[in-house]
Amino acid sequence: MHKYTTVWVSARKDTGTKWFLCGLVLIAIVLPYLNLAVPVSSAFHLSNYGLRLVGKYFCYAMLALAVDLIWGYCGILSLGHGAFFALGGYAMGMYLMRKIGPRGVYGNAVLPDFMVFLNWKSLPWYWYGFNHFGFALLMVVLVPGVLALAFGWFAFRSRVTGVYFSIITQALTYALMLGFFRNDMGFGGNNGFTDFKDIVGFNLDSPRVHAVLLVITLAMVALSYAACRAIVASRAGRVIRAIRDAESRTRFLGYRVENYKLFVFVLSAVIAGIAGALYVPQIGIINPSEFAPLNSIEIVICVAVGGRGTLYGAVVGAVLVNYAKTYFTTAIPEAWNYVLGALFVLVTLFLPRGIVGLLSYLRVLLRGRRGAIRLFRMEADKLEPTRK
Amino acid sequence: MSIRGKTLYLDQLTVSFDGFKALDGLTLQIEPGELRCIIGPNGAGKTTMMDIITGKIRPDSGTVRFGSDLNLLSLSEPEIAEAGIGRKFQRPTVFEQLTVSDNLELALAGDKSFLNKLFARPTSEQYRRIDEVLEIIDLAAQRELLGQALSHGQKQWLEIGMLLMQNPELLLLDEPVAGMTLQEIERTDRLLQSLEGEHSVVVVEHDMDFVRSIAKRVTVLHEGRVLAEGDMNQVQSDPRVIEVYLGG
Repeated sequence: MHKYTTVWVSARKDTGTKWFLCGLVLIAIVLPYLNLAVPVSSAFHLSNYGLRLVGKYFCYAMLALAVDLIWGYCGILSLGHGAFFALGGYAMGMYLMRKIGPRGVYGNAVLPDFMVFLNWKSLPWYWYGFNHFGFALLMVVLVPGVLALAFGWFAFRSRVTGVYFSIITQALTYALMLGFFRNDMGFGGNNGFTDFKDIVGFNLDSPRVHAVLLVITLAMVALSYAACRAIVASRAGRVIRAIRDAESRTRFLGYRVENYKLFVFVLSAVIAGIAGALYVPQIGIINPSEFAPLNSIEIVICVAVGGRGTLYGAVVGAVLVNYAKTYFTTAIPEAWNYVLGALFVLVTLFLPRGIVGLLSYLRVLLRGRRGAIRLFRMEADKLEPTRK
Repeated sequence: MSIRGKTLYLDQLTVSFDGFKALDGLTLQIEPGELRCIIGPNGAGKTTMMDIITGKIRPDSGTVRFGSDLNLLSLSEPEIAEAGIGRKFQRPTVFEQLTVSDNLELALAGDKSFLNKLFARPTSEQYRRIDEVLEIIDLAAQRELLGQALSHGQKQWLEIGMLLMQNPELLLLDEPVAGMTLQEIERTDRLLQSLEGEHSVVVVEHDMDFVRSIAKRVTVLHEGRVLAEGDMNQVQSDPRVIEVYLGG
């Protein structure tokens, strides 16, 4: 029977998606409950710090989702996606800075502390409007989106692909990092923004506000997941995978490959920007180190660990890798970079389809030997073309 | 023969890479519905010629016209594909991770914009076209297999099928029988013969037996120029061709 369906129908039939979304809902209910309703004395109590950490993990998970959309499905390996994340974060940070108002150390109602410290007399023009939450949200989407549009337009039109594209994305995030480090850029130099007081009137010291922020983060993860899933399951998604596997064949079939790439790249940058905007109020700081090239590479490793080209794998990978990062950087701080490197090597060698691939392998293994052999062949076949 | 389609004119094409003249004043004309074979030793400029026709390379000088009005040199690859020129690569290039019918569905003629692909479903007529092409290329039984599961010959046919989905007026086939078994070559032979008259077909091929069996007209390229043109017997008895192939 003919099986091409529209975007919406194919998304509804997907059982993996249902399980994934149920998991997110479960986390959104259980964690705030453990934090707010379970008494501190109980072993099940989740600390305020713990709750914010989970929020941070899911912001990175959203960034990983954005990377998986372009890398896993379209073969565009961006090693600078942290830039879009940080830009979204800075846009939100500017709003939070303006909302500090006269409560800053210098008590200036308009200028943030660092500007007073630099002896600036008035607010630079690009800070106008950021005292409005709606304007800040618009910028959270617009700034990463427009940058990705301009960057992608030049890169894809000039047919920059593969490792060359990866290198210029590294250069992009590195250049932005250097720029944001400069005090006279007007973004707080290497200190960035911190000491936030409240967001749309809600006190950022309150655990309740953080519980709500976590729920919003999870909702945005679910929403961006649903959008990505709908796109990759559509006929356009098939074109995107075709571009990944044989770009020039797709071009000769009459597809304007650069338009397809540009669309997913911009969408991916916007998702990354929103993730960054959710990250800043929960963590309470944004500074230029968010642009560090290593951050972007870490996210790519998260995607590889979870399972490239699966979307939920990216989310699972990001949460697990960042949990491991929290653990190692407190237990044995100097070991983390080695752990990260080893993780990448091991996953590439032994788990080319990541944790999600391993799980589907085990599931069939449990169904008996014959199923396992069939799956093994299937997996081996699947791997071939992605290894070039 | 009632033939739709346009004539392809190549006129005085010259292109050089780092001083090496891949094409040197190549002039060639392909009539509508014609099945033409192009042969020539390695480096004669066969693949370069295809690259220019499909917009992958721009020549240093010369013109390429499709019909009387269309200047191919001013169009991009997707625009040339839309104008009705389909190309099969030397190495079979199908989408390995997609099923056979999905491969064909991707190649469907029509609106290829992102929004259209995101929301529209293929029409029943387009489904019929997929079934029809599956029959033509003899892969109806394999329609649900992934591209990577096909044999080498089947991949070649699938790629030809993808070209047919675009409903092109001109098909360019780069070594369609390279690496095929004898049975597969025979099958390809019949497939191409069945296309003659409906589409113009240009085949670049090394396999002389295959060329002899399908082509009425053969063009021999050498050092970026047309060395000889005619039917297979004429061409094979041409002393210049013998010299190029056997060495003077």
